[in-house]
Amino acid sequence: MANAPRIKMPAEAKKGEVIEIRTLISHVMETGLRRDEGGKLVPRKIINRFTCEFNGKPVFAVDLETAIAANPYVKFTARLEQSGTFRFAWFDDDGTVTTADEKITVT
Amino acid sequence: MQRSRRDVLALGAGSAALAIVARASPARATTQEAADLIAKFTGGKAAGPGKIAIDLPEIAENGNTVPLSIVVDSPMTADDHVTDIFVIAEANPRPAVATFHFTPLSGRAEAATRIRLAATQDVVVLAKTSTGRIMSQHATVKVTVGGCGG
Repeated sequence: MANAPRIKMPAEAKKGEVIEIRTLISHVMETGLRRDEGGKLVPRKIINRFTCEFNGKPVFAVDLETAIAANPYVKFTARLEQSGTFRFAWFDDDGTVTTADEKITVT
Repeated sequence: MQRSRRDVLALGAGSAALAIVARASPARATTQEAADLIAKFTGGKAAGPGKIAIDLPEIAENGNTVPLSIVVDSPMTADDHVTDIFVIAEANPRPAVATFHFTPLSGRAEAATRIRLAATQDVVVLAKTSTGRIMSQHATVKVTVGGCGG
């Protein structure tokens, strides 16, 4: 289930600096290959895409497949030229989109 | 059971030999599905020179969660930057692992996540740049317990 995602990044950065962003969301990442006790296939349910935008511009995205471990962790970087807001979004197979925003001050 | 010193030494030598065999085995036996995925990503282009650093453990005790980190050497300017990185694990029931997408705003062509590996295998990483170049690199991971819910 998609609980509140966790995001780790600095609150401030210098102009031109490249920062590291670490994200994690709780999710089973069910592959659709596993069988339950009754021998029935458990239907696939994964986060299939994660995106990061800064002030509405794409920074980073990843298409996730069933080979991504449960509670998908994604680490990436971003170069900052001005203050603004990051928007993170996780797309579930069932159509649910979980979003989170983080502000950063650039000096 | 009490093991003699000689037994223990022999055991150690045996497992070392096993590890070497595993590394030398043809883990790149490309499945059709993996080959198709690679062709789709590269557009049939051959991989040229480029620096891709893959950080994966040599031995993964638990294939359910294997830390993977990738860094591609790129200036990441508007004219010349890495646009996509594709990760394939051919011995998995589904070989595609992830496709990372970058922009100049990414700052660096690097990403990390945790992956599932069903068996000992070569993990292949392909990178594509905005100038149309393709780069390729691979790393072998020995998996003790497979992680694909099998």
